[in-house]
Amino acid sequence: MQRADGLDCRGLTKEYQGSRGRRALDSIDLQVPARGIFSLIGMNGAGKTTLVRILATQLEPTSGTASIDGLDVVKQAKALRERIATVPQEARTVPWMTPKQTVLSYLMWRGTSYSASKAKASEVLAKVGLEQQEDVLTRRLSGGMKRKVMVATVLASEADIVFLDEPTTGLDPISRKELWAYLGTLAKDRFLILTTHYLEEAEELANIIGIMHMGRIVGLGTLDQLRAEVKQQYSVRVAAGHELPSITDGRVTRARSGEAQILTTEDEAYRLSRQLLERGARFSMSRVSLDDIFFHLVNRSDLEGTRA
Amino acid sequence: MKPWGRQVLASILVNSIYEMKNYPVVLINTVLSPLSFLLVIAFVSRGQLIPDAIEGGFIMSMFNSGMSLQGDLAHLKNDFKLQDMVVSSPTSPAAYVTGMALAEVIYSTPALAVLVVLAAIYIHPGVAEAVLLVSVLLLMFLASIAIGYTLSTFSSDIVQSFAFSRLISTLFSTLPPVYYPITLIPTPFRYAAYLSPTTYAAEISQNAAGLLSLSSSGVAAAWGVLLATTAALALVAMKKARWREV
Ligand SMILES: Nc1ncnc2c1ncn2[C@@H]1O[C@H](COP(=O)(O)OP(=O)(O)O)[C@@H](O)[C@H]1O
Ligand SMILES: [Mg+2]
Repeated sequence: MQRADGLDCRGLTKEYQGSRGRRALDSIDLQVPARGIFSLIGMNGAGKTTLVRILATQLEPTSGTASIDGLDVVKQAKALRERIATVPQEARTVPWMTPKQTVLSYLMWRGTSYSASKAKASEVLAKVGLEQQEDVLTRRLSGGMKRKVMVATVLASEADIVFLDEPTTGLDPISRKELWAYLGTLAKDRFLILTTHYLEEAEELANIIGIMHMGRIVGLGTLDQLRAEVKQQYSVRVAAGHELPSITDGRVTRARSGEAQILTTEDEAYRLSRQLLERGARFSMSRVSLDDIFFHLVNRSDLEGTRA
Repeated sequence: MKPWGRQVLASILVNSIYEMKNYPVVLINTVLSPLSFLLVIAFVSRGQLIPDAIEGGFIMSMFNSGMSLQGDLAHLKNDFKLQDMVVSSPTSPAAYVTGMALAEVIYSTPALAVLVVLAAIYIHPGVAEAVLLVSVLLLMFLASIAIGYTLSTFSSDIVQSFAFSRLISTLFSTLPPVYYPITLIPTPFRYAAYLSPTTYAAEISQNAAGLLSLSSSGVAAAWGVLLATTAALALVAMKKARWREV
């Protein structure tokens, strides 16, 4: 089989031991160029971490193959490990180490000398605004600072393929925005695979977005491509328990929660809004956002799932 | 220094030097734990078994290295996801674990230093006995880190990791006659003691120090069992230890 450059998954499947046939990844086919930020979005349990851990050579796939820049994640793991770095989901700083010791030891694991690692650690910690804290035990740092230390480790490394699994989950909005800035810097000369369940994060940072749902990729492309895939440019979302007005032009998607989405034209969206307003229904109307695309693709795939 | 040496050093720094530097209290525990049992035996036997207990202290401090390794590896893997970061790096499992294990030796140095002084006073071994003792200790160390590493890759949380440690310590250190001669154990229980590699290590070193007189075939058998057990455990560690999870 011809191996493409960039990220290439074919029929990638993961069934954890003891999961009785439930597939955490269900035959994923995926080709993405290895540059900029590729963001995987999806709800908890969608399979993001499983996919990232397989690509980062931490977890064995059950079947299928995956490669990055032609390097197979199983058969050529040794060569690939020279080029990748990860910040796993729920990775934490070790409390008995300082930020400098954290970055320094990580660089030494990557094979850098002690003195070079030490210099690089200080340089990178200054870059993420932690020069004052580089010698403070990490247990004394705030949650946002600890996360910056984790990002600094991969920022300091020479790895050009970097995995970050939900690096901003649990952070306050300000720390999150700060971290986004560093992720942007990180992506300048690297390929970043970033998972998140904050859609605005993918919207802000990603060059390419992959939408995951129940172990499958249900949408893939740039934000514009995903918009185009949805076709209609306006979205009306009606809360559960409200009857929908008659629709002349548009597509209806319904979530399990009962919430309905109508993707439609601008004119029709305004007409529907007036009717809903008159009835006093709870609803919202806007141009199609990533959130609307996500809603549409995820709930559509649920429907297909039940039909199949 | 070769990258391999740097990787080993990184593990040593994280698992001992930085921890000792930033949390000096951990040192007290490593000195006390092998010595406390020694003191108990010395008191109970009214000084009779001091030499046995010193040798026991050596063996247990080696054996404890493996148990600490298990705990430390599991902690770094499960609670900090540090091992995943290292898996996705050029470091091999061998380099990672070697450094982590050497870190445990560094932790034991204060206790070992005290034991060496005590041995010089109470046992005064000759060169040959000393070499023999060091070889036994080395084997004990290898066996225990092989067990420790293997177990650490199977535990996914701290409760499991604790349970493993307790179980192994009881089987290999509390029950077997490490701090006293096996002849003090009544027969049916004696056979059970022979299930633990620490028993053979104790026999060899007690015999070398003249605290026990084994026939030469008995000595050979003890060595055979000890070597075979260590080799088997090392093989299991290499085969079963999960660097990439399944
Ligand atoms: N170690 C594991 N053993 C068994 N099942 C798992 C394991 N890890 C994850 N899963 C299951 O696989 C699915 C995908 O999980 P995960 O990849 O963590 O999703 P996400 O990162 O998108 O939240 C979930 O149903 C989860 O319960
Ligand atoms: Mg996850």
